[in-house]
Amino acid sequence: MHRLDVAAVKKEFPILEREVHGGRLVYLDSANTSQKPRVVLDAMARYYERSNANVHRGTYLIAEEATAGLEGARAKVARFIGADHPREVLFTKNATEALNLVAKAWGRANLSEGDAVVLTELEHHANIVPWHQLHDELGVELRWIPVTPDGHLDLTHLDRLVDGAKVVSFAAMSNVLGTLLPVERLVSAAHHAGAIAVVDASQHVPHLTTDVQAWGADFAAFTGHKMCGPTGIGVLWGTTEILDATPPFLTGGEMILNVTKEGFTTNELPWKFEAGTPPIAEAVGLGVAVDYLEGLGMDAVREHEVALTAYALRSLAERFGDDIVVHGPPEPVERGGVLSFTFDDLHPHDLTQVFDEHGVCVRAGHHCAKPLMRVLGVAATARASLYVYNDEADVDALADAIAAAAAFFAH
Amino acid sequence: MPGLEDLYREIILDHYRSPRNRGELSSPPATRVEGFNPLCGDEIVVYVDVKDGAVDDIRIGGQGCSISQSSASMMSAAVKGKTLAEVQALTRAFKGMMSIHEHALDGEDADDPSEVDSEVKLGDLEALRGVVKFPVRIKCATLSWNTLLQALGEPTASE
Repeated sequence: MHRLDVAAVKKEFPILEREVHGGRLVYLDSANTSQKPRVVLDAMARYYERSNANVHRGTYLIAEEATAGLEGARAKVARFIGADHPREVLFTKNATEALNLVAKAWGRANLSEGDAVVLTELEHHANIVPWHQLHDELGVELRWIPVTPDGHLDLTHLDRLVDGAKVVSFAAMSNVLGTLLPVERLVSAAHHAGAIAVVDASQHVPHLTTDVQAWGADFAAFTGHKMCGPTGIGVLWGTTEILDATPPFLTGGEMILNVTKEGFTTNELPWKFEAGTPPIAEAVGLGVAVDYLEGLGMDAVREHEVALTAYALRSLAERFGDDIVVHGPPEPVERGGVLSFTFDDLHPHDLTQVFDEHGVCVRAGHHCAKPLMRVLGVAATARASLYVYNDEADVDALADAIAAAAAFFAH
Repeated sequence: MPGLEDLYREIILDHYRSPRNRGELSSPPATRVEGFNPLCGDEIVVYVDVKDGAVDDIRIGGQGCSISQSSASMMSAAVKGKTLAEVQALTRAFKGMMSIHEHALDGEDADDPSEVDSEVKLGDLEALRGVVKFPVRIKCATLSWNTLLQALGEPTASE
């Protein structure tokens, strides 16, 4: 396996050439949204400049090109995540819409009062609130797999928690702690209990080789903009079997086979779930993002992130000792490159405000995971997250910015 | 570009390190209201005891960044003993100062907002003026004030 040439990768992201506040831009917020390589930006511009047309209806050349762009991207995404067939890849607005589709289309049709939905305490709000709504609307019961102090799931009572459940829905990787969850074990526990397994793969697909068939899940949701692609496009993957058994979510044009004054019949997969004009340029961009990541090699991406996470954990601990607490699993191989931390008694918002003066982009807050914040016993954390274009110099810049914040608030 | 010293004035850091009126009041008789900043997770609890149309006592609980905590601390000191009408005028003046003006977004000094009652003296609260140069932090500064308004049964949607 080849190693990632980070210096070369950095040059492929135009935004990283930008200066902010008189210094270089140090981007450490890729768990929030990733930056985009030039090839993605160029492909989207080229699409608009040369092939822009609506899809699936024109009989002219550029409409065929637009359709080929959209469907070609679908095929690339399907291959990238190990899907059985491109029809199992539905384009949505983002991962949030994908998870809402599961809860509101599959859930409303298949759940009723008293049915249990099992979540984990480390979920993003996108995998909590749609289920809360089903609790309010249908009376489904929510159960929670607890999280241990070092950021792992506590699976002691897993069998009891999933017993009689209809849905087990969980993140493959925590957006706050970087914890990699035991996806296959959770899927198998779900299926053993007769529940469907829904995986929020938003933080997994950009960073690790993903194989939805090996997982054995029923649904997986993720988003384009965290994996070098544009905003405005997300993916819901589902098995053909479960998608066939799911009623449409949004309805209108594109998703129908026939409409009369009496009613409608739905189109086949995947278009049954894609009402209205889809995000065509965004799909083209996402397809090229997939090409780009495959070119880097997902094994190389993972190896780079494990090494850089190890460097970050080591250097922050050496430099700041007990003043810094990095939450989540201590071993780099058990986690992704997401470093949520608290420093001394400084509020994360104050920390990241000082970071900004140094060009260091880090998110502060609850990261859309308030139940997890409560488990950790903090109101907020600062979160630095690593990707293909980050190197040790970026981690050093973060450490310098932390030191600057400590000095600023010490006087 | 606005510098950190525009945001973190010494008096702000003083209120952050030594918050005034920190604690709880028994409720009832005091009114207890929680406020949340959905962006950053700051949570604030305002306990306010109104007697004879004036703020007899006030306490602040919860946790948050230096801006939200110092703003809450200064607020508690500023409204204690004031009549409800005075509190309203003060709140209006403070929130007026915190509203974003186009030139503030350009990084220039914010002028006094015209709608603010010039009779109202903001005192220490003036130190928070620099917050408007950091638009995402404005909600940190106004959190405790909106929570106070809620506790006093006033509408808060005047931002």
